[in-house]
Amino acid sequence: MKFMSNALMSSPHGRVRQSTNQVMRQVMYATAAGLAAQLIFFGWGVLIQIALCVTVALLAEALVLSLREKPVRATLSDGSAILTGLLLALSIPPLAPWWIAVIGTAFSIIIVKQMYGGLGFNLFNPAMAGYVVLLISFPVAMTNWQPPAELMAQSITYLDAITIIFTDFTIDGYSMSQLKLGVDGISMATPLDNFKTQLGQGFTASEITQAPIYNEHAGIGWQWINLGYLAGGLWLLKNGIIRWHIPLSLLASLTTCSFLYYAINPDLGLTPVAHLLSGATMFAAFFIATDPVSASTTVKGRIWFGAVIGVLIFVIRQWGGYPDGVAFAVLLANMMVPLIDYYTKPTAYGHKARG
Amino acid sequence: MTTTSTSVDHNVDNQDSVLEPESVEQSTDIVVTNWKEISWQGLWKNNPALVQLLGLCPLLAVTNTFINALGLALATMLVLIVSNLTISLVQQWVTKEIRIPVFIMIIASFVTMIELLMNAYTYGLYLSLGIFIPLIVTNCAIIGRAEAFASKNPPKAAAFDGLMMGLGFAVILLLLGGSREILGQGTLFDGAQLLFGDWATALRIEIFQFDQQFLLAILPPGAFIGMGFIIAGKNYLDHKHEQKQKAQGEKHKAQRARVTTVN
Repeated sequence: MKFMSNALMSSPHGRVRQSTNQVMRQVMYATAAGLAAQLIFFGWGVLIQIALCVTVALLAEALVLSLREKPVRATLSDGSAILTGLLLALSIPPLAPWWIAVIGTAFSIIIVKQMYGGLGFNLFNPAMAGYVVLLISFPVAMTNWQPPAELMAQSITYLDAITIIFTDFTIDGYSMSQLKLGVDGISMATPLDNFKTQLGQGFTASEITQAPIYNEHAGIGWQWINLGYLAGGLWLLKNGIIRWHIPLSLLASLTTCSFLYYAINPDLGLTPVAHLLSGATMFAAFFIATDPVSASTTVKGRIWFGAVIGVLIFVIRQWGGYPDGVAFAVLLANMMVPLIDYYTKPTAYGHKARG
Repeated sequence: MTTTSTSVDHNVDNQDSVLEPESVEQSTDIVVTNWKEISWQGLWKNNPALVQLLGLCPLLAVTNTFINALGLALATMLVLIVSNLTISLVQQWVTKEIRIPVFIMIIASFVTMIELLMNAYTYGLYLSLGIFIPLIVTNCAIIGRAEAFASKNPPKAAAFDGLMMGLGFAVILLLLGGSREILGQGTLFDGAQLLFGDWATALRIEIFQFDQQFLLAILPPGAFIGMGFIIAGKNYLDHKHEQKQKAQGEKHKAQRARVTTVN
């Protein structure tokens, strides 16, 4: 008899709405699985970057809010700045120098978010715009991912992580480029990066994936990180924080593109599975593209939005100049949002469809 | 960038008639030229880069170092002055129907001269500015001044207007070029020898040293962001000035009101 109620209510008969803070917090919790995988494979640097980025994000947000004469404490406690910092920290290389995190986060919060009017008004995804600024400005430092822990010749303690982030050298005096050398003295890049450079040198896909950084599906380490974010994303879906349209259409379009290309040209492309489990695919699908502010707002529009990102990720990975294309794809799709929204506006009952 | 290529019908000017030769109608023969007003319009109120937003293509493209910006600023300013002067001199023989082609021909011939001069005397700068020297022809700031001012005003005023508009344009170019160079490479006056000869190598100032350049500032997005900040700064100053004046005006009014009630 729970559903029989005499209270009069006007539509929409919505359920309890969650506050911004609750939504942001659940998204942060959902990164736990992927974060844990990143910790296992890339070590303590990840946590140090998170601490750096979140601190800078809060400071920058507080600074701009006080300049704009807005309530500082109330806005900070909505958690959106912390989430931006967290998402950016998870995307930059764990042992990148400290000023990378500082510049990127400050740009994300001050220019991309607050200058456009704060939470709810930003056209672009702040974390990804900050990431693109860093990638364009410091391409070397931003593609310097160390190999997963099991492949490294030297192990990195948390003290090493701190000293390399703040002084560029580990306690024993190794620099980043020395750390990237494997046991056999060959420099190791990320799977996507390595695949692209080797392809440029005329190797075929099957030859390239013989290298120790790959296993039978994707790159060592990277597949578990992606599976972690997939699990977190499914948890978000179950809790109703995000909807299925964007992640599903993104993954579907990426799979379709990579499958078609791989079917025609198996020597030049990664398998669809490798695409799904490499780089930032799952992270983008569930945590980045689903940002409610900068994504499309209509149901059909969300499907288009996700599909555009999926296609662009594939195109940039296959033919672009950078190893991964998630951040560029998301920003380009953000630009298309007004157009997508215009053409997918739902028709109200009793009105004619446009045209 | 469409700004430069589109056309002449950017009628941005709100002061076309600052110096309409009112004197012609009136009996006096002397044209009253308001030098101060021309300077104010060019440098601040109607600044080609900040307010009219003309000539943005070269402005954004070449301001990656201070010296590049200076080279383009000088070239643009020279063209503006001489083209304004020439157009003002020939205005009475140019009919309305063919004025645009005539203006373009005049501007283009001066730009060609500047280009040949730069090729001869500042070859390094000529190479680093590249296509943007011939593109001065399409700079809307120049054709805009020709159309809005030079073709309606006496030669001296027109040349002075060219100087002031050119200076206003140059200030913004140098501001943007300097700040982008400092942020991007940590230097100032890098490459001064391209413009001033070998002795100027010593002008290079190393403000701070990077392991990696901050490429964003050097690449075009940095120009857009920097330009946005400069325009915002100008609007902020204008806004503050306006408020101050309003406050002063109110104070004034209140005082007078009291006086009238007493009377």
